[in-house]
Amino acid sequence: MSRRGWFAGLLAATLGIAFVFLALPMVAILVNTSPGALVGSLGDGESLDALRLSLETSAVALALIVVVGTPAAYLLATRSFRGRALVITVLELPLVLPPAVAGIALLAALGPKGILGSALADAGVELVLATAGVVVALTFVASPFYLRQAQAAFAAVDPTLLAAARTLGAGEARAFLRVAIPLARNGLAAGAALAWGRALGEFGATLMFAGSLRGVTQTAPLAIYDRFATDFPAALALSAVLLAVSAAVLLAVKLAAGPEALGRARP
Amino acid sequence: MRVRAPLAALAAVLTLAGCGGGGGGGATPDLKVSAAASLKSALTAYAATFSAAHVRLSFGGSDVLAAQIRQGARFDVYAAANAKLPDALYAQHLVERPVPFARNRLVLAVPAGSSARGLRDLERRGRRLAIGSATVPIGSYTDQVLARLDPSERALVLANVRSREPDVTGIVGKLTQGAVDGGFVYITDVRATKGALRAIDLPAALQPRVVYEAAVVRGSDHTSRARAFIDGLLHGRGASELRAAGFEPPPP
Repeated sequence: MSRRGWFAGLLAATLGIAFVFLALPMVAILVNTSPGALVGSLGDGESLDALRLSLETSAVALALIVVVGTPAAYLLATRSFRGRALVITVLELPLVLPPAVAGIALLAALGPKGILGSALADAGVELVLATAGVVVALTFVASPFYLRQAQAAFAAVDPTLLAAARTLGAGEARAFLRVAIPLARNGLAAGAALAWGRALGEFGATLMFAGSLRGVTQTAPLAIYDRFATDFPAALALSAVLLAVSAAVLLAVKLAAGPEALGRARP
Repeated sequence: MRVRAPLAALAAVLTLAGCGGGGGGGATPDLKVSAAASLKSALTAYAATFSAAHVRLSFGGSDVLAAQIRQGARFDVYAAANAKLPDALYAQHLVERPVPFARNRLVLAVPAGSSARGLRDLERRGRRLAIGSATVPIGSYTDQVLARLDPSERALVLANVRSREPDVTGIVGKLTQGAVDGGFVYITDVRATKGALRAIDLPAALQPRVVYEAAVVRGSDHTSRARAFIDGLLHGRGASELRAAGFEPPPP
């Protein structure tokens, strides 16, 4: 009994430490933001432009990630092929890449002097210092979060159910769309939420690759950094808005994915 | 060939990161110096010769560095690319009386291979410019220059601005990567690129007065060493490194 009590206490203490450490900075943003400053920042054109741009670019990035990432993750989860481990490792690499390295890497690949720079210029595609470049930067840093979760979700789908669907006459594509995706939807939604959150918070790669110009490439995190120096209250207010938007979408995605995603413990 | 510049930058970053951790121990204390990004090469060279302390340098936009001090960051020395920010900190009793230690000049920087001869060449449609954010000294100096242009010319320049960067490093990076065709930076930034960029002088009527000021941060544990570091910027090795980097002596 006493030994169990000791261990239970340790578990509770670690959870307590983790909770306070993670929650305190977020609470501090809300505590330090006066309602007046919050309203003021929403009435400020530059903050609104930054928020709108952040929502638009992260939504486009997320759509690209889901459309391409879902079938790709399905392939990785259901087939084995030569080099699969290597492919997975490379796809996950941006997960642990510092944003500044991501920015340099994107410039080296897609910048005017990059590997594909002149090909892109010939094709008339402009990424650097353009809104499309923001989407590219967000997609690059955020897609591993979705790919990883989606692959795990598809791997957890019972293969006999997919086999049964095919036995009943469903084609490969139909089994994917009607059986695998619905069964994996919680994991897919969680992956989408994580990827969206990462995209919304992206800073370093965006600044290096896409620059910072109001209404074109200045996303909310860049606007916060711009304000930080001269107008800390405004930076706090914009941070509070971003925090609230992030929390709302995280909750919405979890609700949409069903009650299990809200975090009920395993029985 | 094409990827060499980013790779070199990457290698430089890794080298700096590697050096950051070591050498902090021993009898010589750490002196934490927070300095404008444009001072990077001069102060890095000076810090290596400063024997009274092990100097740890933190570079960034002067405005962000000032905000960090206002939020309680414990630096010993603050060196800014203008007088306004240190004076404001002084008025808030956060730093000791600031000392002017150098002057600099604003120029129009273009890639070395550019055919541009003057600002007019960058006013044409489709030319791309990067300038400093209005909150950082390089950006406010640039805004002073633009305010002295006639309105139609100013409109042409502003229409070509594709990014407002948080510090000069960002502007120089966009230029050396070929992302933009021109940008307003300090003459010292152009020199530091060792030939990658070329400076186009501004007409004297457009040139703003660029004075750098440094101050000892109040509450520093190493006040006398911090003062010695600033003195060196005026008379000693720091002054000669500043001259070597292209800074001019402070106004008398």
